Amino acid sequence: MKKKKVIQFIGFLLLRVCLYTVLAILLLFLYDIGKKGGGAISWEFISQPPRRGMTEGGIFPAIMGTFMVTIVTAVLAIPLGMFAAIYLNEYAKQSRLTRLIRLSIRNLSGVPSIVYGLFGVILFVNILKFGTSILSAGLTLGLLTLPWTITASEEALKTIPNSYREGSLALGATKWQSIRTNVLPYAIPGMLTGTVLGLARAAGETAPILFTGAAFYLPFLPKSLSDQFMALPYHLYIMATQHHAIQQVRPLAYGTALVLIVLVLGLNMTAVVIRYRLRRKRRW
Amino acid sequence: MDTQPKIETKNVNFFYGAKQALRNINVVCADRRVTAIIGPSGCGKSTFIRTLNRMNDVIAGARTEGEILLDGVNINSPAVDVVELRKNVGMVFQKPNPFPKSIFDNVAYGLRINNGRNRAKLAETVEKSLIEAALWEEVKDRLSENAFALSGGQQQRLCIARALAVDPEVILFDEPCSAIDPIATAKIEDLIMKMKKNYTVVIVTHNMQQAARVSDFTAFMMLGDLIEFDKTEKIFTNPANKLTEDYITGRFG
Repeated sequence: MKKKKVIQFIGFLLLRVCLYTVLAILLLFLYDIGKKGGGAISWEFISQPPRRGMTEGGIFPAIMGTFMVTIVTAVLAIPLGMFAAIYLNEYAKQSRLTRLIRLSIRNLSGVPSIVYGLFGVILFVNILKFGTSILSAGLTLGLLTLPWTITASEEALKTIPNSYREGSLALGATKWQSIRTNVLPYAIPGMLTGTVLGLARAAGETAPILFTGAAFYLPFLPKSLSDQFMALPYHLYIMATQHHAIQQVRPLAYGTALVLIVLVLGLNMTAVVIRYRLRRKRRW
Repeated sequence: MDTQPKIETKNVNFFYGAKQALRNINVVCADRRVTAIIGPSGCGKSTFIRTLNRMNDVIAGARTEGEILLDGVNINSPAVDVVELRKNVGMVFQKPNPFPKSIFDNVAYGLRINNGRNRAKLAETVEKSLIEAALWEEVKDRLSENAFALSGGQQQRLCIARALAVDPEVILFDEPCSAIDPIATAKIEDLIMKMKKNYTVVIVTHNMQQAARVSDFTAFMMLGDLIEFDKTEKIFTNPANKLTEDYITGRFG
């Protein structure tokens, strides 16, 4: 009797230690970046372009660039991902082909992002002649996000009980009416949650935009979708590894990292809020 | 009692892929009467009732053979629109399945998808259907509340009201009381007995007393076969088949 309890105690202790370790690493990481980058943060830092060979000034163009490219990503990934998921989950017959498609989508989410970057160069920059631009980079990131969006949307659709679909069909609804009025309204918050998480990941990616549109330094904001842009992750990469005065700009690099983390965290929080509100509302 | 046939099935066979679930089912559901389908679990009674509004269409690999005549028209013929069929042949499911909408919106659902946009007409039909389903008095002051706030028995009556709102001629009940308590069950049984004035009712039940109480005709099924079909009185007092007798006297099942 006693031995069983000791084993249980040790088991729980181990699980707790694992959790605290993970938390400690995360907090240490945030603390370090917060401490080293916090000093760089000022109104000037987030509202001004870089000056004097990026040794002074701010990161405003990079923030705007990341913002704009993320919008292009969303415009591609949200509708395409959601509709593909609706088709896969609601319409497609469960056959070997759909299983293969699903497997491919899952696998695509594991493809290294640099591969997406190279694919983006070939397809958007060269073949479609969009050039190195916000459009090319946004579309490349959109492709990267799609597997996540599709998978998350499908999971959201799966949580809607079949009795809703059957219930409305039995009342004389067509299949599309049943999906539109009695499945999607309850699934969309869940679909959005997954999509926003995907966007947050895309916003922090460097490799896919490296060759497709991100610029080393631009004193001006992009004026159209076919312009190049500065982006936070790429800016950070340059400040941390490529700059001619690396030691001198270290605080700026940490500041950039902090802004990027806050941005991604903000997007993730949005997803959490959406999910929280959904859970409070639904009762099945 | 003189009755007209409303639904007539002729040699209905049903397959889930290669597996045959129904064999040569011949049943006549009389107009404005209650027909009960009884039998042990897995006998195909739910499968059978779902062939009557083609709910099995949604199952991949399902196939129906034979004729199912509704007012003399084969419902599986290409000329029949399944959407129209289901408006005419409503269904109440085993587990109450209110939609996560308000009580009003649940009942109005079937009208709205058929372009019923007139608010006064909607309100009138919702009230009429809820009265018919004996739920109006309990919910009339809280129609805008979420349907999930209702008890299980109330939810099932809401589902009945929802089915009635699209003005069907036939209502199929697939074990409507198996997930609710005895008092709520009694209310629904009362309701079914009243409903046969205006509707043809088919009810699947695993509860033999329920079949005896509410139905005029009873079909006894086993392992996909129709064993016996007759007036309920006859089935429960003087069954022709030994299997029927064994089942209703509780020797198996």
